[in-house]
Order: sequence, then C-alpha cells, then structure tokens
Amino acid sequence: MTERRDGVRRRSAFGISLAVVAAVSLSACGGGDGGGGSTTIRVTLANHVWTDNVKKALPEFEKQTGLKVEVTQLGEDQLSDQYNVKLNAGSSDIDVMMYRPLQEGRLFARNKYLADLSAQVKSNAGWNFGDFQAGPMEATTYEGKPVGIPIITEQEVLYYRKDLLDKAGLSAPPKTLDELKAAAAKIKAAEPDVAGFVARTGKSAAVTQFSSFLYSFGGDFVDGGGKAAVNSDAAKQAYAFYGALIKDSGPANVSTDMGWPEAMAIFTQGKAAFYTEANSLYKNATDPAKSKVADQVGFAPFPAGPAGSKPYNIPSWALGINAGSENTANAWKFIEWATGKEQTLAQQKSGVPGARTSVWADPEGTAGFPEDLVAAIEASTKTGVGHDRPQVIKVAEAREVVGQPLVDAITGKDAAAAADTANTAFQAFLDDEAR
Amino acid sequence: MATITTTRTPRGAPAVPVTPGWARWVNDHRKWLFAAPAMVFVAALLVFPLAWTGYLSLTDAEGSVRAESEFVGLRNYLDVLSDTDRFWPAVGRTATFTVAALLFEVVLGMAIALLLWRPFKGQRWVRVAILLPLVATPVAVGMMWRLIFDPNIGLANQVLGWFGVGPQPWLAGQHSALPTTIFIDVWQWTPMVVLILLAGLTSLSEEPQEAARIDGAGTWQRFRHVTLPLLMPTLTVAVLLRGIDALKTFDLLYSTKGRGGGSFHEVETLNVYAYGLSFDYNEYGVSSTVLILFFLIIIGAMWALTARRKEARR
Repeated sequence: MTERRDGVRRRSAFGISLAVVAAVSLSACGGGDGGGGSTTIRVTLANHVWTDNVKKALPEFEKQTGLKVEVTQLGEDQLSDQYNVKLNAGSSDIDVMMYRPLQEGRLFARNKYLADLSAQVKSNAGWNFGDFQAGPMEATTYEGKPVGIPIITEQEVLYYRKDLLDKAGLSAPPKTLDELKAAAAKIKAAEPDVAGFVARTGKSAAVTQFSSFLYSFGGDFVDGGGKAAVNSDAAKQAYAFYGALIKDSGPANVSTDMGWPEAMAIFTQGKAAFYTEANSLYKNATDPAKSKVADQVGFAPFPAGPAGSKPYNIPSWALGINAGSENTANAWKFIEWATGKEQTLAQQKSGVPGARTSVWADPEGTAGFPEDLVAAIEASTKTGVGHDRPQVIKVAEAREVVGQPLVDAITGKDAAAAADTANTAFQAFLDDEAR
Repeated sequence: MATITTTRTPRGAPAVPVTPGWARWVNDHRKWLFAAPAMVFVAALLVFPLAWTGYLSLTDAEGSVRAESEFVGLRNYLDVLSDTDRFWPAVGRTATFTVAALLFEVVLGMAIALLLWRPFKGQRWVRVAILLPLVATPVAVGMMWRLIFDPNIGLANQVLGWFGVGPQPWLAGQHSALPTTIFIDVWQWTPMVVLILLAGLTSLSEEPQEAARIDGAGTWQRFRHVTLPLLMPTLTVAVLLRGIDALKTFDLLYSTKGRGGGSFHEVETLNVYAYGLSFDYNEYGVSSTVLILFFLIIIGAMWALTARRKEARR
C-alpha cells in the first residue's frame, strides 16, 4: 500500500490509521470470552420442531452437567448467512452448529469450518456411534472422517385430504403418479376453490421435492459417469410432469416463489387436496393450532413412476462443532446428549424422525407418528435414494441451474428445451467445480 | 530538556518550566491527534472495507475468504461486464426501479405537499396520517404487502373481486413483480419526499407569489414559473436523497421475493445480485466486482445530479 504515490504525510497518516485498525481488530479477536473451558456452550439452531423440543429439554441437560447453553435460533437462510459471516471470519463464538449436510456439508468441510469428530464418536461406547443409520452418516462424513452427527432424517411422502378424496369417490390415495395426476384433476374440476395438487414452485426450493419425481421416472441429476443428466428422457418427462401437475391442477394463481412455508400454507388452509413434501414437516399439517384441516390429513408413500416409487431418504439436519470453537469438549457433551438414545426417542415420540436404528426398532419410537405415516416412512426407507439435490460443493448455485426447467414447466414453457439448456449449464458448472 | 524555559508567557506572569518531551510532541502534532478519532473511524468503517472489497474483486476468492485465492487481475470485471444473463438485466432492473419509483414519488410528493401547504382544518391529523408509512420498518412493510398481494389468499385480489376484476398475480407474476415492488416503494417513501418539499414550501416567502398574482398569473402559471423554480434546490435534495436510497433498496426486495429476486430473478437488482453471489454462491471475488461496479454507478449518478444542480445555479 505504501507504494502508492501519495504524499509522505498522507501516507504516514494512513499507516497509523491502518495500524490502529489492525490493533482494534486483533484485540477484538482475542477478546472472546470462550476460553479453554467456558461453562457456557453457544449453540446455533434452525427453526424446527426438533429445536423446540431441545429447548424444552435443555434445563435437564443443564442440571445434569452444570453447563449453561445459549441458543441462537434462526430461519434456514438466515442461519446460512450467519455461518457464512462468522465462520468466514474464523469466529469462535459458535460452538455447536446445526447445519444441512446435503446443502452445506461439503462446502463447510472443505472450508474447514467443521471440526473432525473421529476421536469423540469413539469416546463413549454407551452413546453407541454404530447405532446411526449408514445412509445419513455417509452425508456427514468428509474424506473418511465424521464431521457431523445426523439428527433429523426425512423422506418425501404424499400428504392428502381424506375428506376431499371421499367426496370425489376415491377409496384410497393414488399408488402411481398417473393416478395422482388423474385424481388431482378430478378434484380440481369438482371443487373450484380447491387445487388438486400443490408443491413447492421456487426455482431453488422445489429441487429437493422434485428429486423424488425425477428418481421415480428413472432419472437423476448426474449419471453414473459423473456427467450432467438433467436432459435425459426420464428427466425431461419428470420436469414436464411436475410442471403440468402444478400448472393444470395447482392453485389458480400459482406463484413461482413457493418454498415449503407457502405451499404448506395453501395445504393447511384447506386449499389443496394433494401435497408432496418432506415428512419431517408433517406436524404443521396435523397440528390443529397450525392447520385448518388437521383432522383430515392422511399420508401415503410417494406414488410410483415408471421406475417405481423412489423418494429421497436423507439426513436433513446434523450437529457439528465449529472448528474455531475454544470449547470443543463441552460442545461435544451437548451433542452427545442431544443425539443420545433418550433424546432421539423423545424427539421421535413428538414426531421428529431421527437417524438411530435402535429407536426405529423400538415400538415406542414409532408410536408418536400417525400410523399411515409410519407405513409411508417404512416404504421410503426401503426404496429411498440417499440424496435429494445435486451432490456438489456449491449446492445453492447448482439448485438454481437444475431448478430452472421446473419453473419453466410450471409457467407453461417447453420443459424439454429448458432441460437441454439447463443440462449444458449444469455440465459447465460441474466442469468448473472439478477444476 | 527541562532547562529550557518558555518565552511566550504573558508579561509579569511567572515563567512556567516547560513540560517534558512527550507533551511537546503532543503539541507539535496536535492537528493529527485531534483528527485521529475521526480518521480512525473513517479508516475502519470506510477506507478499509472499500479497499478490501477492491482487493477481493481482483481475486478469485470463493468458498471461504480465508481460503487461498489467486490474483486474477481484471478477469472478474471482464466476466461481469460481459454477463448478459444476470449482471446487465440487474443493472436494467436497478435503473427501472429507481427511475420509476423516483418519478412517482416526486410527482405524487409534490402534489401532496402543495395540498398540505395551505392551512386547513384537521391539517395536523392529515399530516400525521400521511407520514405513517415512513415510520414502519421496511421488512415489516414487505411482509405486510406480501400478505395483501398473495395471489390466492390475499386481500388485494379479494377487493378486486368486488369490482368484478379477476385475480392478478401481483408479486408472484414474472412481469408484474417489479411494478408491484415499485408500488410498495412509492407507498412507503412518498411521505419522505412530501416532508422535504413541505419544509421547502414553508420557507418560501409570500412576495413573489403575490407579485405574480397581481400580474394576473393563474394557479398553474404561478406553480410553473414561481413556486417550482424557487423550490428547485429543495427538490434536488429530495431527488438526490431518495434516488440514492432507491438505488440501494434491498430490504423491501428481499422480504417480498427472497433470494435471487424470485425464480426468474424478476426483481433482482444489483444489490440483491451481489448478496446472492456472496451468501448463496460464496463467490466473494465476483461479488466484490459487482459491488465495486455498483459503487461506481452510484458515484456517477450522484455526480451527474450535482453537476446539473451547479449548472442550474449558474
């Protein structure tokens, strides 16, 4: 900087102020009250039923351990922003972080934001690391080392309205995607105010829920050789099907910005008959405080396409330790407690599906879910696919690329042409990332 | 040092022995010392971030800013300036949004200010009511309008229904989203223009108006040839303040359409685009490039406006 052609005096003044800035920021860095064994654990969590449950159970943990837990709770997007800002700066004021293994896991692990948990997971045999399902663990493992512990798993299921099906003379929920299409059209025609079908429509938000359609048509985002495959015949059919289903049988003025809160709102306001969504959100539909149709909601396995019923089956959230934390020992204590058998069982009793095999085997572990949902989950875990979005580092960007044909299809444009365009862009993206 | 005595004591006063060396140093450098807090402030909050952004814009930083990045010179600038997919449309939307919002706000603001200028009964209440949107926080305003404009369950379409008009997509439509956000911006920020113009109007003297009236000028003529020219400096301030603000709008767009400005990027302005590059794509280099270009655009617009103002004065 001193090579600039400023006058000597100005330069020295600039130098002084830079030095002061450096001093200020350095002291700010060292000033954290983290310390090598603070009794306060700073935990950052997402808005989720899981989080509500943990917060209720926290006093018990604090009493057991004598530690204090400070919870920061944020929406998904705000949570990501928070991590991007704080972890980028190497901040130590997050100890435990709730994150999305499939969305941010690779990015965070590559950036070395997540601490290696290899030693911790073996430290307590009673906690039993081997109890975690292999599929979800795969997503929280980076270069052979566990960097997160899965807490919530999810599969895509079909939500439906029992009363509307009865009215339309349908005795059972659709078993195939063709049946779904026919039933949705029938209900939409019979009930002018009600949509036959609703699902996410946002370019990025819809990708995960579309993935089950894609797999059930026999496609995937990437083929066996690692090449972009969103313009395969199967993918083109899936894009067109999803788009047409929403365009023809969806809400009258469909927005192309809907994430789950918006789509769920339409369903719970009684304005839609069918809804494909992650099962982990089912409480929003069956809780009378949140849903007008709570007593009429039924669940069914994801309808079969030409390639069978292939919903995703993934770990949606996990807990990790910030690599910059100065309080890792206590942070692990929290994770051990929150992912322990007891807490996982309590979570499942309240309807949050976890990742522990033993809890799923326990009849008590499934007692909290509606019967038809348990059946749907069982079916999904058998045939499910382990990812619900492209498995890349920059997932957010990839989702926008492969999501474009979806919004094009929903707005009545040529899905096949959009898929071709998206495939070229996606291949370029993959090439760029491989470099 | 202590042996040196002062020379400039007032006559008759006892000579005070000079203070030690540090005090003299302080005395010699007092202009720097007094200015230091302000300089540190400016350096820490303006120069440093700006310089850092400028530096990042010349690198391929991505993923994490602490990760290693390479110096790529002006490559980011070439990439961004040749990007007709996201960058230039965003520039266009930024310009459309700013110009349209500003135009409506100034015309409406002027009309309302003129109406409120002359005293009338209940004027205080009307003034308070008109200023209300100004005090609401933009995110809350965004959420409120998002509910009102919801295409399926919103109030706006219900009201239209009473008049036999079919439902409109509003914020959800690919082509209606940007006009709708402009409407919300006008709704919220016209009061500020009213406030500034009203202050300007109140400070105008009566004489020129009276003279014009005696000369037989009509209402429009008086406005066009007397009020407006006299109000010009105030109007420029209003346009400048509001224009810069409108250029930088983020809260409203983010709260109504979310990341990326909707699935078709229909309200993605430069600010929203740069945000997406940083926080969604973690492309810190490219994002910094967009920000620097945006910064230059704002400076350019400001310079053009102030230059015009100086010209008008001459």
